[in-house]
Amino acid sequence: MKYRNTFALAFLASVAATSASARDEIRVVGSSTVFPFSTAVAEQFGKKTDFETPVVESTGSGGGLKLFCSGVGVDHPDVANSSRRMKQKEYDLCQANGVTDIIEVKIGFDGIVIGNAIDSPSFDLSRKDLYRALAKETAQYGRITANSFKTWNEVNPSMPPLPIEVLGPPPTSGTRDAFEELAIHKGAHQFGLEKADAKKVEIRDDGAYIESGENDNLIVSKLEADPKKLGIFGFSFLDQNADRIKGSKIEGVEPTFENIASGEYPVSRSLWVYVKKAHIGVIPGIEEYMAEFLDDAAIGEDGYAVEKGLIPLEDSELETYQSAVDNQTVMTGKEDLK
Amino acid sequence: MTDAVTDTAPATASFHASDEATARLKKRRASETRLRLYGVIAIALAALALVALLWNIVSRTMNAATEHYIAIDATIEEDEDDFLGVVKKSARGAFPYVSGRSAKRELYSLFSDGAADDMRQAKEAGTLETGEAVPMRFLMSDTADLYMRGEFGALETRASEGALTIEEDGKKVILRAQSGAFADALGLAKAGLAREADSLRRQEARQAVGIATLEQRLPDLTGDERENTLAQMTYFKSEQARFAAEATALDALITGDRDTRLALSNRMASFFVAAHGGILKLTEVSAETALAIPLVPMQTTETAPGGAWSLHILDRPEIGRPVKDRQIAILETLKDEGRIERVANWKFFSLSDSTQPEIAGIKGALIGSLWTMLVTFVLAFPIGVSAAIYLEEFAPKNRFTDFIEVNINNLAAVPSIVFGLLGLAVFLNFFGVPRSSPLAGGLVLALMTLPTVIIAARAAIRAVPPSIRWAAMGIGASKTQTVFHHVLPLAMPGILTGTIIGMAQALGETAPLLMIGMVAFITAVPEGITDSATVLPVQIFNWANASERAFDMRTAAAIAVLLAFLVLMNAIAIILRKRFERRW
Repeated sequence: MKYRNTFALAFLASVAATSASARDEIRVVGSSTVFPFSTAVAEQFGKKTDFETPVVESTGSGGGLKLFCSGVGVDHPDVANSSRRMKQKEYDLCQANGVTDIIEVKIGFDGIVIGNAIDSPSFDLSRKDLYRALAKETAQYGRITANSFKTWNEVNPSMPPLPIEVLGPPPTSGTRDAFEELAIHKGAHQFGLEKADAKKVEIRDDGAYIESGENDNLIVSKLEADPKKLGIFGFSFLDQNADRIKGSKIEGVEPTFENIASGEYPVSRSLWVYVKKAHIGVIPGIEEYMAEFLDDAAIGEDGYAVEKGLIPLEDSELETYQSAVDNQTVMTGKEDLK
Repeated sequence: MTDAVTDTAPATASFHASDEATARLKKRRASETRLRLYGVIAIALAALALVALLWNIVSRTMNAATEHYIAIDATIEEDEDDFLGVVKKSARGAFPYVSGRSAKRELYSLFSDGAADDMRQAKEAGTLETGEAVPMRFLMSDTADLYMRGEFGALETRASEGALTIEEDGKKVILRAQSGAFADALGLAKAGLAREADSLRRQEARQAVGIATLEQRLPDLTGDERENTLAQMTYFKSEQARFAAEATALDALITGDRDTRLALSNRMASFFVAAHGGILKLTEVSAETALAIPLVPMQTTETAPGGAWSLHILDRPEIGRPVKDRQIAILETLKDEGRIERVANWKFFSLSDSTQPEIAGIKGALIGSLWTMLVTFVLAFPIGVSAAIYLEEFAPKNRFTDFIEVNINNLAAVPSIVFGLLGLAVFLNFFGVPRSSPLAGGLVLALMTLPTVIIAARAAIRAVPPSIRWAAMGIGASKTQTVFHHVLPLAMPGILTGTIIGMAQALGETAPLLMIGMVAFITAVPEGITDSATVLPVQIFNWANASERAFDMRTAAAIAVLLAFLVLMNAIAIILRKRFERRW
């Protein structure tokens, strides 16, 4: 019995001890798109310096920023990754919870690819086509009505007569948000809808758009198995599987590294990292971690994060953000947040 | 049946022996045979599915069981600390002819960062050999490793008849071989072009269809719509012309005679010539001559007799594979020299997570799982068993205890993510348990396992015959003594089996851990229950999501480890049951 008591005491003591102790590793939360780049940087940082390797969680952009903005102190994360810019609402939440000084850093771009199996017909899509093919209510035969397009050549006679079947991420995914915003909403606007109306356009739910989970690998292997389907996935998956799948042109522009970097490829978005200034000096290594992240060896043109599929910033922009980190420039609240 | 009996008034033997009866009997037997057959089919299908699953996992796991090393000489100083530099320097030393920035990058990317890690560790352990020309083994990078496994197609060797004359022309080399030695290559390249031309023609035809459709619509349109349609038609026409021109240009190349050299591009198959210890890559080819660039230089440029040289074809365009032609040439050279070693991948068990597949291991997740399971067991077992004992042996049977019983049964069916949310709200936000720690994970999983343990324990306690209790009480034991000295030991095998099955279920969970931050990239191995950690199923989930292809086989290997862990736990359950089981 005595032995048992000792064990229980030790257990309780360890629980009590932990809630009080500080933390010595950086905690990063946020986007699953930024996750592979963030982890690569974390790993290098852990190897190169004497600091602990940061813990990187993949929570999604929204979830990450919510955690990030929930307060200051060791119980809250130090860095948030996001595959879109912080929203005004999130900024306000941060301010309300005492997270007043936030360093905002753009780290690069990510292209969203619409692709199919390598031996399938090549597509040359426009955003208008995507809107007409994939919106729930779309313009056909001169009026807006529930989408009844079945094949691509009904949408645009120059496209192959394949059924409209697109594998894509579910609504919880940031990639889906970005696709809706950059391709569907933009296409609707180009087609002649008012901006406000275009923003309300939803993706159709009659089986033409097939939700296939957050796992892009799964989409890639499904495309390989079914050459009639198209799929939506991140550029790094096209990069890694160029022998199995190919990307469709969007408005005549192929999804290549160069085209996404130059901004010519229309369906691309910027990736962001947010740092809590109040934690610098409290949690060891934050400055050094961010310096490693913005190092040319990481997100510069030949950097290791770029090898993992990140599309780098232009040199001048990279320098801007490098100095923002060096000088710990914080957000003013006057940024053009959505 | 009752109808049949009442119709044929006296139930005589003739009723059972009549033709109809025989038919009925036959029918009944047939239906029984069918039922048995269904059962057999069901079991066979299940067995087949299991075999397919295991085969799939095991066959992929076998790939992860080995890894490739490149053996080259290195110069290492006593106080060396830039080990990545050592790897690069050694690579340059071994392949002095690789020059130019991009070529060097391709060379370096054959080696993994893990090679430098190995040296750093050896230095820390004091086992690093220093000096000049130390024979070293460097870990190969993931893409090179995949090439060695044939993931990007295998080189196909064509017979080489006749002599090959070699003539240097600046940086390039002109090759000549009699009797159409390169005809195969030319044919293959032309077939590739023909496919491309076909695809262009199809696209051209689609534009034509588009133009025709728009033309039909045109008379009905007015204003802006007409303008837009006209603009689109102009675009389609320009595209049509472009596709047609490109296809015609390709046709000219395809129909070119066999003695005109055809320029090869990285969108076509790759062709290599191996001669005099060197490897050349063809850039232009006709039936009998070819222009080539040396990727690995030849020792001489003498004429190579038939059989002393060979043509190799890789039917996958360079643009579509991560391993480039120069890298293939270097790897093939190394392979011929016997400098590539394939060894057992013990690292998989001694390293933790990494973003580079070749140095990613399972240790951190395995230890994380062990700690988490320990916490789960320490909490769920005593609490669950105590609850079961109280409910079975002491609690009065009334509405309140019935209510509790129903709730426990319901809890067992609650989706696991709900326990994660509860854990986040209670343990993390209220009690301040550290995020991502095995303690938090164990607490949440213990909540999830509790109902299973309680239900199993109650069933086991109920299965102990009342005679045991009566006998104990009859000789004067108190209720507590009866329970702890007699009932519990007899119920223990059942309780343990139930507990281990509950734990096995908890071991495979990711959903509840998502909320408490255990779905994360963590490289450190947890040293206690409050360190940040991840668990096996999370590791599998993370690797399955990674874009690098080499993670594919590691995912399979991690699944195999998880399965082994589960089998081990179930084996313990069976052993415990066999050892302590009593019959009465």
